[in-house]
Amino acid sequence: MSLLKEPPPGVTVDVDQAHTKLTEWVVHMEGASGTLYEGEKFQLQFKFSPKYPFDSPEVIFVGEHIPIHPHIYSNGHICLSILTEDWSPALSVQAICLSIISMLSSCKEKKRPPDNSYYVKTCSANPKKTKWWYHDDTV
Amino acid sequence: MDSDEEDYLYACDSGNESSGDDVDVGLDFDSGDESERSGNKYSSSRDTNTNTEDYPYEVLSTEDITRHMIECIKEVNSVVNIPVTTTRILLNHFKWDKEKLMERFYDGDQDKLFLEAHVVSPFKTTNKPQKVAVKTSNGMEECNICFLSMPSALMTGIECGHRFCTDCWTEYLTTKIIDEGMGQTISCAAHNCPILVDDHTVMRLIVDPKVKLKYQHLITKSFVECNRLLRWCPYPDCNYAIKVQYPDPRPVMCKCRNVFCFNCGENWHDPVRCHLLRRWIKKCDDDSETSNWIAANTKECPKCKVTIEKDGGCNHMVCKNQSCKADFCWVCLGPWEPHGSSWYSCNRYDEDEAKQARDAQEKSRAALQRYLFYCNRYMNHMQSLKFEHKLYASVKEKMEEMQQHNMSWIEVQFLKKAVDILCECRQTLMFTYVFAYYLRKNNQSVIFEDNQKDVESATETLSEYLERDITQENLADIKQKVQDKYRYCDQRRRKLLEHVHEGYEKDWWEYSEP
Repeated sequence: MSLLKEPPPGVTVDVDQAHTKLTEWVVHMEGASGTLYEGEKFQLQFKFSPKYPFDSPEVIFVGEHIPIHPHIYSNGHICLSILTEDWSPALSVQAICLSIISMLSSCKEKKRPPDNSYYVKTCSANPKKTKWWYHDDTV
Repeated sequence: MDSDEEDYLYACDSGNESSGDDVDVGLDFDSGDESERSGNKYSSSRDTNTNTEDYPYEVLSTEDITRHMIECIKEVNSVVNIPVTTTRILLNHFKWDKEKLMERFYDGDQDKLFLEAHVVSPFKTTNKPQKVAVKTSNGMEECNICFLSMPSALMTGIECGHRFCTDCWTEYLTTKIIDEGMGQTISCAAHNCPILVDDHTVMRLIVDPKVKLKYQHLITKSFVECNRLLRWCPYPDCNYAIKVQYPDPRPVMCKCRNVFCFNCGENWHDPVRCHLLRRWIKKCDDDSETSNWIAANTKECPKCKVTIEKDGGCNHMVCKNQSCKADFCWVCLGPWEPHGSSWYSCNRYDEDEAKQARDAQEKSRAALQRYLFYCNRYMNHMQSLKFEHKLYASVKEKMEEMQQHNMSWIEVQFLKKAVDILCECRQTLMFTYVFAYYLRKNNQSVIFEDNQKDVESATETLSEYLERDITQENLADIKQKVQDKYRYCDQRRRKLLEHVHEGYEKDWWEYSEP
């Protein structure tokens, strides 16, 4: 699909991984140049349910390096409204990647969410089970 | 739009019924009610409560609700010339308040109104933008959800112009309806598009009758829930709703015979008012058995008031609260130091500190005791009321027995009447304890408690009579007794309620905030 043909800058799909299991993708991502995350490398894991695209995919950061960002928890969970209630079946993996890159790029100060330690201790493994409260769209 | 089309939403209803589909759960009622359903006006004069004559209401079945909803839409549409589907969304946006809608429609900025209600203004029909679809040369379009190329005939969309293939639309709507329980508030499938999908489109795209039915239920549900003149009967599995002319805390009786308060939906709770009852119910949910156990088995740390359970060991207590760590004696709650090694002769009862600690403890125990006092009585009546059907059964048996003893059918009806009154008294008494719990003592509250005592003791006597075996010898005697007693009960119950109501009017009642 278009993600393979014309990916946003710094984004590649781990094709071998996706071939072994079509419902679980890993996307490699690089911090955009000119931002706080320039040169950093991250991995995003996508899990698709049988109801995809009518049900949103489960998206978290995995691997050693989880970006430090006010909307990203240290366990990789991302507070982003299009991943739950604002999801639309017309969105794609590419659109999600783009949203996340732009979320990283507009960040002005690297820090964890204020409730990080509490959330990470108490949350479910699946971020979609969290009742997210989207209150800040400046970053 | 012509009037035929206004019924399309429910057009499939009849289809379901005739095919004997088992998904129509809306009408599981005694066949005895069947005849009453056609004439749905239910006047409150049939109600057993005396103070409802001036509060007219109707009981609506699911069909009546639908009809009422369509009437509301028609009424607005007779004034405002916009498509019915748009009217429905607008009405839903204003919580079915017709006046508010009209006001905004004629006084305010109409474009802003349509924007707020998430509909495309019907007056701007000039150019429908084709934002999403990519038209290819041979009359094919690509669906942006499944990325398949489809002939244009299989692509569809609403006023916002986002087009997807019908299969994707159907799947999308089904997910929203079944998994997310959304009705009137489903928006276009495109990302960030707030435009709501109208009911006509939903009914056109959904094929599965189960999904259609669920959608209708959701719409009816939200219609009743956001309409301040309607309330569902809270009785389990009851599908009727009550329609009033103005909302008020008044008793209404559903066709299922459940009597409830229109304002709060709880069982009819005279004399206590809705807000106190709500507080009471919350308190009962929070406390009850837990507090009971706490009262019996724990003490509070005299310093930090944390609750402590002593599960063994000596009386030298060291509070485990890390910011407190108080040393004290379990027996007298005084500080530990003066006890030294001779705690067992704990003879320091009149020490000030220990006394204060015990006083504070006493106070909280007293508050708890007070709560438990009222709670027990409240629960007791509630429990007795739950056995009401048993009592009706046993009374029915007795009535048959008496008819065999040369009494006519009409002569034995007093027994049923007695049980009716007994239940009414219990219901009233139950809520008097909630009222009394929050009531601050004054002269009027003493009168109230006297009234309460009177009804309480008369009710218990009546209850005893009804439980007692009725033999041939005491038949005439007991009939007289029962009749006298239930008349007395009924009269005293009414007096008690009148007194409380008078108090509301004259501002006698002061509440404490325990």
